[in-house]
Amino acid sequence: MSARNKIVILGATSAIAQHCARLWAAEGAGEMVLVGRDAARLQVVADDLRVRGRDMIISTRVADFADPQKIQAFADEIAGAGPPDVVLIAHGSLPDQAACQSDLAACREALEINALSPVLFAEAFVGHMERANRGTLAIIGSVAGDRGRKSNYVYGAAKGLVTRYAQGLQHRLAASAVRVVLIKPGPTDTPMTAHLKSQGVALAPVEAVAARITGAIARGSLVCHAPAKWGLIMMIIRHLPWFVFRKMDI
Amino acid sequence: MVSVTSWGRLSHHAHCVTAFTSGAAVADVIRSTRPGLAHGMGRSYGDVCLNAGGQLWATRGLDHFIAFDAGTGRLVCEAGVLLGDIQRLMVPRGWMLPVVPGTQFVTVGGAIANDVHGKNHHVQGTFGDHVRWLSLARTDGETLTCGPDVLPGWFAATVGGLGLTGVIVAAELQLRPVPGPWLATETLVQADLDAFFFLSDASDAGWEHTVSWIDCLAGDAGRGIFMRANPVEAGERPEPVARTLAMPLVPPVSLVNRLSLRPFNLAYNALKKRQAGRAIVHYQPFFHPLDNVRDWNRMYGPKGFYQYQCVVPRAVGPEATRALLQAIARSGQGSFLSVLKTFGDRPPVGMLSFAQPGATLALDFTNNGGRTLKLFESLDAIVREAGGRLYPAKDARMPRDLFEAGYPRLAEFLTYRDPGISSDMSRRLMGN
Repeated sequence: MSARNKIVILGATSAIAQHCARLWAAEGAGEMVLVGRDAARLQVVADDLRVRGRDMIISTRVADFADPQKIQAFADEIAGAGPPDVVLIAHGSLPDQAACQSDLAACREALEINALSPVLFAEAFVGHMERANRGTLAIIGSVAGDRGRKSNYVYGAAKGLVTRYAQGLQHRLAASAVRVVLIKPGPTDTPMTAHLKSQGVALAPVEAVAARITGAIARGSLVCHAPAKWGLIMMIIRHLPWFVFRKMDI
Repeated sequence: MVSVTSWGRLSHHAHCVTAFTSGAAVADVIRSTRPGLAHGMGRSYGDVCLNAGGQLWATRGLDHFIAFDAGTGRLVCEAGVLLGDIQRLMVPRGWMLPVVPGTQFVTVGGAIANDVHGKNHHVQGTFGDHVRWLSLARTDGETLTCGPDVLPGWFAATVGGLGLTGVIVAAELQLRPVPGPWLATETLVQADLDAFFFLSDASDAGWEHTVSWIDCLAGDAGRGIFMRANPVEAGERPEPVARTLAMPLVPPVSLVNRLSLRPFNLAYNALKKRQAGRAIVHYQPFFHPLDNVRDWNRMYGPKGFYQYQCVVPRAVGPEATRALLQAIARSGQGSFLSVLKTFGDRPPVGMLSFAQPGATLALDFTNNGGRTLKLFESLDAIVREAGGRLYPAKDARMPRDLFEAGYPRLAEFLTYRDPGISSDMSRRLMGN
């Protein structure tokens, strides 16, 4: 990341986004726009980054994450002041699969926040980046999007949509200088997964995941598994024949 | 429920762990899940950070810096920030924590709650000496801010208060200016205990950091290596490459045993003697020599290990230290890490702060069950006789009467306890 970059982070209070932002602050990013839903929590993140990085312009913005018109207007306003060098779309929430099955409202909410909203933000920003013919758009998907599994297929379906969307966007922008990076974190040690930890699931340290992500964004990689081992694990899981897969408790 | 242990790996009980996700949420979380106990990195050795079968409030999510004044070196941060993160950020800006313990992988909240010390107590005191204020959330919903001049009773109870007065949410720390990350060190061969006390006294005026490694297998002699250091302007130098070794598994038996100790101690002695003399050393290997070996505590095998750290008043320091070393040599149980240093004369900040004027000896012992506990009883007798005390941050077994004798301000402290907070240690040493 060269100095004086403008970085926009959607879902800036998420643990993975915060740790990416800390790495960028340490590298000397020029400007960061932190976008979230909770003004007080955004302020905590902004104060933290102001201590970590010097001479940075940091602003916080509370945005609507559902309304297409508001999302477009928001992107237009941010990009109007100069197209961003990096847009990181990091918002999302890990829903309770059982709740999604018994309560369609929960199911719909999980699909909206994990699939629709990231796509709308990406679409709103990418037009500006395409016209400027520069910048990197990074979207956080998930290894859960690689194959539907009974333990969390609603979340997996949302992330699978993000995966297909990112692939299409990469295809669309293949001839341009704009890079689209699809990030697929494995289970990461964050507040979103605290309940998994108590169930004994091995979680990757969020610092290591963030370092993989900022590296992939700097290089403009197409797909980034974080940690890297998940690339191999998910390749195996995707290719498991049905007669094996159907018996697995995953 | 999830199994949680502390650095000594002596117990592996189930705990219900709730993570703080923001400072603003602390009050609600502790009110709705009490009784419980704040838990940072779990780097204390015994049971001060454990609450078997109960609630632990994980503080690592409170890892935000809040403000830094580059003119005065005052840093405000949340309590889950690691000391190592502060150093890594601030040393390049010419500021450093005035006091750091043997590992940098501890939280600010843990450092305050155990009022940790470093190798420079005679100059800088303890961690608590550099806390300007802290905010404390009580399980009844109240949050208060205290410091040396604001609610000083609460401050003195909370610094070194073992996490029992409330949950430390944030604090302001006074950093100290440094010329860079380098230390000018001098390593000396110390022939015996008299030499240690002589060197220690002689170094107090001219050296900020002093510490001695004792070969505890050499009986009561106190043969060892004396190290002292000062911060120094050393220009641009290549920083040491972080070569992190790791102990990948727990060996079936402790690797620290009669067979391994003697060759290790001889080798370490020989190595350090060869390095005797002056050098320029980065602060990390000097302050935190074991941080490069991840999970080194596994070396002691499945039963874990105890650390025994006491302080005895200066007047009886040499005799009491000699008696302790004698008892250890007689028992045939020894320690890789036998560290001896003197504390300066400043009064402790907290009601239960460990550091007091005198000499402090710290040793690791493989958990050999009854044999090890028996040795501790004989060491306790010497400490009690000398009017000394044990360090709660390291302790998993001290008898209640020794705790009460060593901490005369205990009754005053108890009036500040939060009834919604309890730990294995508080139940063992304070009855609830």
